[in-house]
Amino acid sequence: MVAVVPAAGRASSTPSAQKSSRTGYLLLFPGIAWLAVFFAIPFVTLFLTSLQKPIEGQSGRYAVGLEFGNYASAMAEYWPLFVRSFVYAGIATIIALVIAYPLAYFIAFRGGRWRSLLLVLVIAPSFASFLLRTYAWKTILADEGIITSTLNALHLLPDGRILNTGIAVVAGLTYNFLPFMILPLYAALEKIDPRLIEAAGDLYASPATAFRKVTWPLSMPGVVAGTLLTFIPAAGDYINAALLGSTGNRMIGNAIQINFIQFRDYPTASALSFVLMAIILVLVFTYIRRAGTEDLV
Amino acid sequence: MRWLRRNLVGIVGIAVLVYLFVPIAVIMVLSFNKPSGKYNLTWNEFSLDAWTNLCGVPGVCSSFVTSIQIGVISTIVATVLGSMIAFALVRYRFRGRSTTNLLIFLPMATPEVVMGASLLALFLNLRFPLGEGTVIIAHIMFIISFVVVTVKARLQGMDPRLEEAARDLYANPRAVFRYVTFPLVLPGIVGAALLGFALSFDDFIISFFNAGTLVTFPIYIWGAAQRGIPVQVNALATIVFVVALLIVLTAQFVNQRRRRSLATSVVPADALPRS
Repeated sequence: MVAVVPAAGRASSTPSAQKSSRTGYLLLFPGIAWLAVFFAIPFVTLFLTSLQKPIEGQSGRYAVGLEFGNYASAMAEYWPLFVRSFVYAGIATIIALVIAYPLAYFIAFRGGRWRSLLLVLVIAPSFASFLLRTYAWKTILADEGIITSTLNALHLLPDGRILNTGIAVVAGLTYNFLPFMILPLYAALEKIDPRLIEAAGDLYASPATAFRKVTWPLSMPGVVAGTLLTFIPAAGDYINAALLGSTGNRMIGNAIQINFIQFRDYPTASALSFVLMAIILVLVFTYIRRAGTEDLV
Repeated sequence: MRWLRRNLVGIVGIAVLVYLFVPIAVIMVLSFNKPSGKYNLTWNEFSLDAWTNLCGVPGVCSSFVTSIQIGVISTIVATVLGSMIAFALVRYRFRGRSTTNLLIFLPMATPEVVMGASLLALFLNLRFPLGEGTVIIAHIMFIISFVVVTVKARLQGMDPRLEEAARDLYANPRAVFRYVTFPLVLPGIVGAALLGFALSFDDFIISFFNAGTLVTFPIYIWGAAQRGIPVQVNALATIVFVVALLIVLTAQFVNQRRRRSLATSVVPADALPRS
């Protein structure tokens, strides 16, 4: 009922009502220029830096070059970290999807007048420092803690501990990026007309079938947006690996940070960043193709 | 059993919500702790030391103030620039729309480590000195997109008939903007600014790359994590959490009352945006 009426009025705000004048360009210019200079151009300098060669005798100084070999040596050394990053981020994204869906569904369909309050509660944890929240998992997953000792009593932990293993890193990633999964899922579920699901029931679909054939396909835009918004930052993250993992759980972000800031090996760090960005863009575009949602913005 | 099945979604949903707050509880509880060693990780003894002496550890409060400064400046600039883009996108026709959209979408789809590294590569090649300036530049860059998306959603959700009505009543374009458009978009702009400040205040990765020797609050925590985070940090984080929550809840409350009073006095409820 609600959805039908305003839609008719809204139609007039599309291009016919739009003005074409210099004002548009003037409004656009400062912000777009900022993004061009400090977001787009840095990718060019990043690429150029990745091809620089060291100046002999001066550590930390590099000269303009075309050393494509930087990529080969960086990949030879760090490819396992790439694999690990994408595996960790992939597992964290799947777990996040599984636990975010019931909450988003609950808020969208059963939230009633508590909806906006529940949404505030979803983002509220982000108000406490990211680093400190991650650090708090050190306490929660500690070796003598309830969680670890319970799982140990059940003989479920291969290493006998969680902290400083890959499990802790994945747990941290899942937790930290969960709101990025919940919010787009909610946005998509909220748009679904509950009568469609009722209709499926009326036509003798079991709740499971109704979910599989109606709710899930209609929530697909939220699933796509949520998985991307979770996967991308998780793949590039190094805070969880640094605080919750051991040296054996380092991710590609750790390698980029260490090479850039500690080792001052700018070409290697730039090459790794460039490859990470390229892989993510390729993954994102193939994923969007396959999942079939073109408009994200 | 039947009850359980009907309410399963609710039970799981609430459980997930509780899970989101577990680390917050840990942070808060440990702010009243007196750690036995240098690491504030396990409960030892109740103490108010951190709360009565918030700035007792050198560097904590100065980094906190630095982060607020950076947050305020970057938020103001990014909110102005981003809102202007949002207006242009919704209200004006121009060439290069898809490139513009891509330039706004990509910063949100780029891992922070890549943005931090590429910006640092630019500053290094230009021999640009790192510090508060470079961190502010970086923060404005990554906040703009979030402002555009938030304000744009608000603009698109607005009922165009309200502005048409003002024009019908002989309001000139400036008056329409001043008395109708701007007040209606304002909650979106305020929301975008709050989000922007939160993003800036909590950013670690991009800041760390471009900070040089500057220490923001998250950079302070990162450095302290190796040698033990002082209890004061937990107390300050608790304060930030409570203040932010109060601001958002108040905004929610005001928004709801405003909408209700608008709905009963001026326009029929179904003519108002649902968001």
